[in-house]
Amino acid sequence: MTHHVLHMPVSEAQARALKVDDTVTIEGALFGIRDANQIALFDKGRTTRFDMRGHAAIHTAPNVRKIPPSSEHPTGYAPICVGTTTSARMERFTRPLMEKLGVRILIGKGGLGAGSLAAFAELGGAYLAIIGGTAALETTWIEAIEDVDLDDLNPESLWKFRVRGFGPLLVAMDSHGGSLYDAVDRKARGRRANTLARLGVK
Amino acid sequence: MKIDPAQVEEVARELYVRALKILPPDIKRGFARLDATETDATAKKVLGTMITNIRVAEETENLLCQDTGIPIYNVTIGRGVEIAGTELRDAIRRGCERATREHPLRSSVVHPITRRNEHTSCGAGVPPIHVDFCDEERLVIEMIPKGSGSENNSWLKMAVPADGVNAIKTFVIDCVLEAGGKTCPPTIVGVGIGGTSDLCMALAKRAATRPLGTSCADPEGAALEASLTEAVNGLGVGPQGLGGDSTAFAVHVEIAATHITMNPVAVNMQCHSARRASASFTRAGVEYGF
Ligand code: SF4
Repeated sequence: MTHHVLHMPVSEAQARALKVDDTVTIEGALFGIRDANQIALFDKGRTTRFDMRGHAAIHTAPNVRKIPPSSEHPTGYAPICVGTTTSARMERFTRPLMEKLGVRILIGKGGLGAGSLAAFAELGGAYLAIIGGTAALETTWIEAIEDVDLDDLNPESLWKFRVRGFGPLLVAMDSHGGSLYDAVDRKARGRRANTLARLGVK
Repeated sequence: MKIDPAQVEEVARELYVRALKILPPDIKRGFARLDATETDATAKKVLGTMITNIRVAEETENLLCQDTGIPIYNVTIGRGVEIAGTELRDAIRRGCERATREHPLRSSVVHPITRRNEHTSCGAGVPPIHVDFCDEERLVIEMIPKGSGSENNSWLKMAVPADGVNAIKTFVIDCVLEAGGKTCPPTIVGVGIGGTSDLCMALAKRAATRPLGTSCADPEGAALEASLTEAVNGLGVGPQGLGGDSTAFAVHVEIAATHITMNPVAVNMQCHSARRASASFTRAGVEYGF
């Protein structure tokens, strides 16, 4: 179990060095992705001006306040509450995110499936688990909303955050075929028959 | 007792914000209980982070979770309460819109086909407002921001009488396995048994949002709650689906009579951000609680 402090962006080698059960803290840039902006990018042919190569993206749609732009809040958005949403809904976007936009690391809650695990192995990436529903805490790791694209989709805009000490996050899926979710799921399903028997179900 | 719609609007606004920021004491006690009994090291860390988050939210007066959910209002109208139903409904809706605009909150509500967000947390049929009645001279409004991570884990099965209670037990276990970490465990697993298909689902939601420490009024239902709670927590799904003993704070059951040919069972889950707030209007004034 190693702790990695990653200053974004990272190389393929850095992404491949992450192993299940390691922990990670992200420093610098972090992109916010969501259902609507990925549908726009990968189903509707829209493009982004952001360079996301080697970067980390988190499954999120924050609560923000509109304010006059300033050096502290260049986009005119101040973060109120930034949290994480269930990743599984966006499973099919992992590969295009990595292949087309060069994203290396996904952050979310609840885990991703077999397609994502294969993409991490093939292209060199990882999934970091954050504790879902702990957004008040997560917000304290966000310094600013640095930029925003596809803002007509607000709150499901494509966000660029500046973060400090974003973590610790748990490496839950890696580029070596490891997935904590698969391991827990297999174990839990293995207990199904016994559990039902104890409930008197024949 | 005359109720002023302007006051209902104010309360509906306040309740949404309160619910998003302060976790009810029964849920906090639920966390303390799980934290004391959890044996898995990762799970203990995850629970610790969740408990820290509750404190940070209160200290920074911030939202517990980013998901402002689908706003739900449950209204209980007592004897002698005077307000036109339509005025009550409209006032709640205005209060919900104002909370969204004035705090501001992320509007998580869109048109289901165009996906257009009006940025009001309102839309056709939303917020759902459920009405019930009581005997005392009081009006109670309960507000529940229902997060999508848990709401997306909702299931209904129209089982047959031949499959009996075994169908119900099997269904609950399979739903918990299917939900895994997607529903932000530890959860309250709400189980509706009986009724029509829509009533069954409503029962599951009522069960999922019932305070911890309460039990089903029907003894058969209460017995099921105890055995299913133990069974679910033996599966090892754990907090956030990362393994451990703390998969659910509890399994709650609500029941209704059903048809001789039917055996419906529904599951609706509430995540660890099990948010609720309520306000009670009496002659003494308005009192906020959970
Ligand atoms: S499931 Fe609940 S705790 Fe998790 S992100 Fe959604 S609202 Fe928050």
